[in-house]
Amino acid sequence: MSGPNTNYDPVEVSALDPAAVEQNVTDALTAIVAATSLDELKAARIAHAGEKSPLALANREIGALPPSAKAEAGKRVGQARGRVNQALASRQAELEAERDERILVEEAMDLTMRPDRRPFGHRHPLTLTAERMADVMVGMGWEVAEGPGVEAEWLNFDALNFDKDHPARQMQDTFFVDPADAGVVLRTHTSPVQARSLLERGAPLYVAVPGKTYRTDELDATHTPVFHQMEGLAIDEGLTMAHLKGTLDRLASALFGEGLTTRLRPSFFPFTEPSAEMDFQCFVCRGEDQNCRTCGGTGWIEWGGCGMVNHNVLRACGIDPERYQGFAFGMGVERSLMFRNHLADMREIIEGDLRFNAQFGMEI
Amino acid sequence: MRVPLDWLREYAEVPVGTPGTQVAADLVRVGLEEEGLHGGDVKGPLVVGRVLEVTPEKQKNGKTINWCQVDVGDANGTGEPQGIVCGAHNFGAGDLVPVILPGGVLPGNFEISARKTYGHVSAGMICSSLELGLGDDHDGIIVLTDWLGAGADGLEPGQDAIPLLGLDRETVEVNVTPDRGYCFSLRGIAREYSHSTGAAYRDPALVRVVDGQERALTAPGATPDGFGIELRDESPIEGNDGCDRFVTRIVRGIDPQAPTPAWMATRLTEAGMRPISLAVDISNYVMLALGQPTHAYDLHKLDGPIVVRRARAGEKLTTLDDVERTLDPEDLLITDGGETVLGLAGVMGGASSEISDSTTDVLIEAAHFDPRTVARTSRRHKLTSEASKRFERGVDPELAPQAAQLIVELMTELGGGTADPAVTDAGQVSTPEPIAFDPTMPTRYVGVDYSTDRVREILETIGCTVVDGTATDGTDDQATGDAAASDGILTVTPPSWRPDLTGGPDLVEEVARIDGYDKIPSVLPSAPGGRGLTHAQRVRRTVAAALAGQGLDEVLTYPFVSDARFDDLGLAAEDPRRHALRVANPLSDEAPLMRTELLQTLPDTLRRNLGRGAKDVALFELDSVTLPDLARKAPVPGVGVKPDDAVLEEIRAAVPHQPWHVAMIATGHAERPGWWGQGRAADVTDMVGWAHAVCDALGVSVERRQTERAPFHPGRCVELTLSDGTTVGWAGELHPKAVKALGVPERTVAAELDLDVLIAASDRRAQGAPLSNHPPAGSDIALTVPSSVRFADVAESVRAGAGELLESVHLFDVYRGDQIGEDQQSLAFHLVFRAPDRTLKTEEVNAARDAAVARAAKDHGAVQR
Ligand SMILES: [Zn+2]
Repeated sequence: MSGPNTNYDPVEVSALDPAAVEQNVTDALTAIVAATSLDELKAARIAHAGEKSPLALANREIGALPPSAKAEAGKRVGQARGRVNQALASRQAELEAERDERILVEEAMDLTMRPDRRPFGHRHPLTLTAERMADVMVGMGWEVAEGPGVEAEWLNFDALNFDKDHPARQMQDTFFVDPADAGVVLRTHTSPVQARSLLERGAPLYVAVPGKTYRTDELDATHTPVFHQMEGLAIDEGLTMAHLKGTLDRLASALFGEGLTTRLRPSFFPFTEPSAEMDFQCFVCRGEDQNCRTCGGTGWIEWGGCGMVNHNVLRACGIDPERYQGFAFGMGVERSLMFRNHLADMREIIEGDLRFNAQFGMEI
Repeated sequence: MRVPLDWLREYAEVPVGTPGTQVAADLVRVGLEEEGLHGGDVKGPLVVGRVLEVTPEKQKNGKTINWCQVDVGDANGTGEPQGIVCGAHNFGAGDLVPVILPGGVLPGNFEISARKTYGHVSAGMICSSLELGLGDDHDGIIVLTDWLGAGADGLEPGQDAIPLLGLDRETVEVNVTPDRGYCFSLRGIAREYSHSTGAAYRDPALVRVVDGQERALTAPGATPDGFGIELRDESPIEGNDGCDRFVTRIVRGIDPQAPTPAWMATRLTEAGMRPISLAVDISNYVMLALGQPTHAYDLHKLDGPIVVRRARAGEKLTTLDDVERTLDPEDLLITDGGETVLGLAGVMGGASSEISDSTTDVLIEAAHFDPRTVARTSRRHKLTSEASKRFERGVDPELAPQAAQLIVELMTELGGGTADPAVTDAGQVSTPEPIAFDPTMPTRYVGVDYSTDRVREILETIGCTVVDGTATDGTDDQATGDAAASDGILTVTPPSWRPDLTGGPDLVEEVARIDGYDKIPSVLPSAPGGRGLTHAQRVRRTVAAALAGQGLDEVLTYPFVSDARFDDLGLAAEDPRRHALRVANPLSDEAPLMRTELLQTLPDTLRRNLGRGAKDVALFELDSVTLPDLARKAPVPGVGVKPDDAVLEEIRAAVPHQPWHVAMIATGHAERPGWWGQGRAADVTDMVGWAHAVCDALGVSVERRQTERAPFHPGRCVELTLSDGTTVGWAGELHPKAVKALGVPERTVAAELDLDVLIAASDRRAQGAPLSNHPPAGSDIALTVPSSVRFADVAESVRAGAGELLESVHLFDVYRGDQIGEDQQSLAFHLVFRAPDRTLKTEEVNAARDAAVARAAKDHGAVQR
């Protein structure tokens, strides 16, 4: 910066002439507006607001003016420089915004194809279904119990009142552990966990038992030698078949649709007396379509077996049947999944095809 | 059990016009399961055809079809032979067959029309039993002379075959539960129908309808001159005599050529049995009608007396199915004179005394056998018959003389024989035990208010005798002073046909089902409130979710494996994982063992996916595996009694250890290439990372130890352990030999972790600590160490040397090459330091770093580059 002029030179004072100052401003604003890029604006800034610009030079002249003229000239030049700087800043902002906009356009990517960079994993719908069923029971205040798949024959059969010579025991199509008199089988149902729970925990007891079970069926569209059941057992004082029905209704409506109920039909199971088959109401037609493909027009879909726990089961587990009574039920998890999620072929559940899992999210 | 409606109507008043669907629903309501409906769904013209010509024509597809000319009389309107293409080969020219003509409808609403096929216009169809809904045999068409037996005599081409085959008549098929043996008869089904609907019931064991007239079925009592019967059971099973009633009757002079009348043949056919000969048909008819299996012997082939006894060791019998069977001392036999074995009691007869087409004099056996004896013999010899099915479920012991009487009447009426007046009725059947029954029990168990009157009414309806009070006599009552305690109690004696009714709950079921299960209300019980899922249950869900989140797919595989699979995996001969539980009756002899690790079956699912075109496959499975201990046998102490603690302990101890595992297997890309850029193959570091993800998800920190273990690559396998050294599992790349043997892609990676170890290790409440608010300070070091030194060991020295200020160690580069010595590697670590209470000074960081380098130098001869 040069210092103020100490010698007043009237020849030079024309730079502070109002018309000249105004002309400088006009020139500057014209150049600023004309700048179409940040580089051009930079050149305009140097030319019209830089150290060598006319207004900067004019500013230097102020010091040389007589004190009486300084104030007015200073104000005039100051205002002029302010207008130029303001225009520069405003244009700078405009051009920067334009540049930023342009960069965004240039950087745009086509994201219309899914970037399946990392393979996406899935839970298996069957285990999710079993968990969902267990969760409904937990919501009713029950607990979830488990037991081994390779199980003592006594717990799988005798404890549940399946007499050694009763036809019902033969109908279970059991896998026996070698040697055949080992007294150990692959459990044919989740029901041995009833006996285990009663023996270990006694009454009152409310447990749900999801788990893997085995029968000597060849794999086809509706059978599999390894399948899953979900069992329920409630033992307390004063439990009745009405409580059984209430529990099943709740489970059915939670799984298949609000307001759906279940139906009991008389049947026979060694571990229950009275015994019933249970059906849930068809969630597609609710019994109102004779040609419904889901239920075959009956309005009901077979679900499993249930009943009041046989006194012999309670006795075998050390529970006094004069004091405690209760109910048990069991249904296929595969069947529940197949109906709930519209699957036609059991084999897909066991084959482990990635495309099968991929149809479902982690919450089915 | 097939229930022809026409037959049912004879015993129960089924309203006219009631469709089969309604009858089925009525039966379901009281506890029979509907299996199917037959008949009523074939629409004609279905006529008798006589095959005139059969011309086999070989087709391009290798099949041979027959171009047939069939005489259908005037049924086709022309009287000319009908040209029909037929794929079956079990018939020939001259045979009478059922022919459905264009315009007819087969079950399943399958309309028949003339159509061009195999170069001919096939105008109709020759029908198989499956096509007509009469059976399961699809391969063979029905040859009427075989199907109807004598009933086919005099058939003419063109005759309507619908009534002939009973297709105008409906049959309801129901499944009988194992407790309802009596429902394996029209007698039982009709009774149940009556219970369900209130229709009038006529017991065919007591009354016959002949020519529209009811007639009592009265069996004469035993006479002293009856055929000799000796019941000699010297080793009853559980105290029950193998045979407690044996009735015989003799009919002489039967015309062996006498035909089975059409009405009987039709009923048998509808009920699913083939007419064979009059004597056999009558026996089957009576069995279906009453539920009593009987047997007919050629009287002249018997020397007598008939001795019923258990078999002797080594004794043999050739049964009617032409199988020679070695008998077991528990088998109950019918013998002639004690020596010649005539049959397995209640299961199947032998060939020797069988009636033949020249038999004129027969001995009829109607006996009652112990269900347990019959069940065991049937199971032992894998021999199920119509008789065994009924006896093992319990036959009404009062039926034998009535059934024999019905047979005698039918044989004399239809076969022209004469009954001997001599009658044998040996043995002593036990009467049903009375049950002391509290009539409030049904209400307490079912949750429906049943009055005592209603309870009583129902029990009487099903045939029980109900009296007030306990059944003890007056003297006993006074002696025990129990009269007051029996207030309101009923004594219920079940009918002879209901051996399944033995206690209060059985009677509760009767009340509930007859009153109707549909009347049971829906009441939600209030459980006392649970504790939610257990830790183990939560862990399994967490692990599965974590792995799915890592990009792996959950699958389920069957647990069955073979020894060969252990070879595939390269398990050494003494590897304990070869010690697997063996299934005695596996589905496939090729997979009789229960897996000891999940990785034994997981590769199959990987391969299946690749076979179906998948490229990038990462799978996991959560399940238990079976680790059998030394072979221990579990006692099987029987029903209804709690075993003592020692026995219970033995039972539990014989159940093998079954820990939960999680296994993973992967091949293909960890990151796929695509429009976004390069991809990257999944390698062993991904697998070790996933194994860590499992542990991290549970907050369990694990250490790694380089190790060798099948089925992994010896140089690419790591064992994960807890800090106390407990093995969690292994992760690595599969051994090239295993890759080859399993048929999976090279470089397939896998892991197997013991979830039970992780469940135990994570079963604690995690503790939080305050986070430092001060900035971290980083410092890099490069250490040259021999190539044999493991990364983790160097890192451990660095960590130990750096001290408490060290927050993390990251190995960011490894260099091997010319710039350093052979067998040397340079490891570049990035160290991050942080103090809880202050910003670290450069000198502090440098000092800690130098200490780390010094420690590595001391432990491993590391030199800083
Ligand atoms: Zn429906």
